[in-house]
Amino acid sequence: MFDSPERLLLGLFTGILFGILLQKGRVAKFSVIVGQFILRDWTVAKVMGTAIAVGSVGVYALVTSGHATLHIKPFLLGGVLLGGVCFGIGMAVYGYCPGTGVAACGEGKPDAMVGVLGMLTGALIFVATYPLLQPIISGLGNMGKMTLPEMTGTSPWLWIAGILGGGITLTALMCCRGTSASTDDPVIKDDIHTRSSV
Amino acid sequence: MTNPLTMKSWSAWIVGIGIGVLSWFAVATADKPLGISTAFEHTAALGLKAVIPATEQTNEYYAEMSQAGTSPKIGWGWTLVLGVFVGALLSSRLSGDRNTEAVPALWRERFGGSIPFRLTAAFLAGALMMFGARLASGCTSGHGISGNLQLAVSSLVFTAVFFAAAIITSLTLYGRKGSSHV
Repeated sequence: MFDSPERLLLGLFTGILFGILLQKGRVAKFSVIVGQFILRDWTVAKVMGTAIAVGSVGVYALVTSGHATLHIKPFLLGGVLLGGVCFGIGMAVYGYCPGTGVAACGEGKPDAMVGVLGMLTGALIFVATYPLLQPIISGLGNMGKMTLPEMTGTSPWLWIAGILGGGITLTALMCCRGTSASTDDPVIKDDIHTRSSV
Repeated sequence: MTNPLTMKSWSAWIVGIGIGVLSWFAVATADKPLGISTAFEHTAALGLKAVIPATEQTNEYYAEMSQAGTSPKIGWGWTLVLGVFVGALLSSRLSGDRNTEAVPALWRERFGGSIPFRLTAAFLAGALMMFGARLASGCTSGHGISGNLQLAVSSLVFTAVFFAAAIITSLTLYGRKGSSHV
């Protein structure tokens, strides 16, 4: 029922760092999350893309050197497709994802707090109806715990080099073009003013 | 030099690099990828079992999880979520970036300033989002960042599907230009 106290503390410590990063990254804000989905503010894509590129190098280095193992989630077709649709619609209305919703509670947002209660309810519905959901989750097929390198018979480092190369090229292009958010939107302009104080 | 914690925001690149390095740390120290939504499922499963003890026998969820060695528990992933709250609280207090309005500006432009309406929508949307995350076994952290950085096929597909659904929903609800179209 409980992990060891050391592991609980380690999780707490890791989480505090994660929370600080999400809050400083401004991704715990409705305007930034929805701004990404109306294609006006590219903060979410930048944060996620950079995290994936940087993360993949270290994690695969740890795995290759035998210091860690991969944790791949199975590709259950029905679960991933239907789950993705529910998740996307919910996130667009809520304006936060699960992690940034918790971080927005830390910022003091009442709607984020009510949404966290909603998330607990959604999780409860999932657990309570778990037996009924199985045909939907795995009914369309289970492609197993597969990675892109395994699927294509290539080296993971080829993919990581591609992600890094693509990421650095995109970053360079964006830096040359200046900031991406346009300023004719009062809501987003307001955000840029807050940001420029730093 | 100013204390970075008192700044209201850091560059998206710095934050992305930070989360990337944090994912190395999580894998190296706990052999766990960063993820948020499993802790919600475990909390709900433990709560349900506490209120209705018989459910442990009648709902095959508990037997299946036990067999897979992933029985619901208060573990590393649970205190991770608690830490995200504490970290964001500290960060926003140190920088004064507190945000206590129930109705976000973009929402108000489109749906008006009703607090009950916004809170009801946030509750229902939070429930739908978490239900979807558990159907797919992951969220923006577990699939979107941790899964993709491990080059998992399931995570790539989940990320593409949820982004597409969120973009279509947002453009329909808020419009391409947000406020200026409503």
